[in-house]
Amino acid sequence: MTKHMITFLLLLGIGAIFADLLTGFSADQNLNASAEFYATHTVSDTGAANIVTAIIVTFRGLDTLGEVTVLFLTAAIVALVLSGDMAGGFQVKPRRWPVGELLETGTRLLVPLIALFGAYVFINGHLTPGGGFQGGAILASAMLLMLLADPTRRFAHKTIARIESVSGLFYVFIGVLGLALAGGFLDNRILPLGDFGSLLSAGAIPLIYVLIGLKVGAEFSSIMTSLSESEDV
Amino acid sequence: MSPMMLVLSLLLSAAMIGVAVMAVWPARSTAVAVLAAGAVSLMASIMFLVLAAPDVAMTEAAIGSGLTTFLFFFVLGRVRSGKDD
Repeated sequence: MTKHMITFLLLLGIGAIFADLLTGFSADQNLNASAEFYATHTVSDTGAANIVTAIIVTFRGLDTLGEVTVLFLTAAIVALVLSGDMAGGFQVKPRRWPVGELLETGTRLLVPLIALFGAYVFINGHLTPGGGFQGGAILASAMLLMLLADPTRRFAHKTIARIESVSGLFYVFIGVLGLALAGGFLDNRILPLGDFGSLLSAGAIPLIYVLIGLKVGAEFSSIMTSLSESEDV
Repeated sequence: MSPMMLVLSLLLSAAMIGVAVMAVWPARSTAVAVLAAGAVSLMASIMFLVLAAPDVAMTEAAIGSGLTTFLFFFVLGRVRSGKDD
């Protein structure tokens, strides 16, 4: 009972903080200095139609590299913890739950479409909403659907690991190339900016996004395969 | 924000609070709680779309309501099968 009371009081406190924030909120009429800079300079500097994603991979490219590294570490730690579990684990014969006709047939239809949509999202990251992270997550959900339809399915760990490390390596390589050929680390102007709004435009942004998409997709897939394979130890 | 969008976002917020309460309601089963948490994420992603942030909406829909929900179910299944062995 006291535990519930404490939780309730904590929630009340958080609610009070948020209520205070809400009543004190007034929308800015003008952009602040950094937002102003981004709004006026992004299109001319990067040539990308989607300002948000352009900022994420160019001006804030180092942060994105950090995020991808965090995700890589998560995947590595999940694999480490669960593989240790498997080595010391006991052998129980894997139980098979009936999956159901709907899910099996639906998976066969949907997986190619979802994978294609994921690829579309990260290739068009500089033009339409979405980008490497979103596209990679959508790719991973196609893998997830395959795992749901057939829990005993095994993916090639080596291929996933190779895709992950090769795309990570090229991502950093492009960043260093920007340092050598253009204005700085992860500068997208190492390639010509091209026509505004066309698929092959905005310099290296589409390339970087394809690499991020593959990397994020491989990382999420590795987390899921580790989890699902530990299920039937 | 047009009046229709305002009504839509108010309805969404009310539904989100309702489903969130459903997720933490003590008598519910864990599976229902996980599904309710996923539903909150899905509605949050619609909310982001209404608030003109399609990039965030996509991330929320793919990771918040897609991957994490199924991740919870994977783990739930593993914990359950450990219990009755």
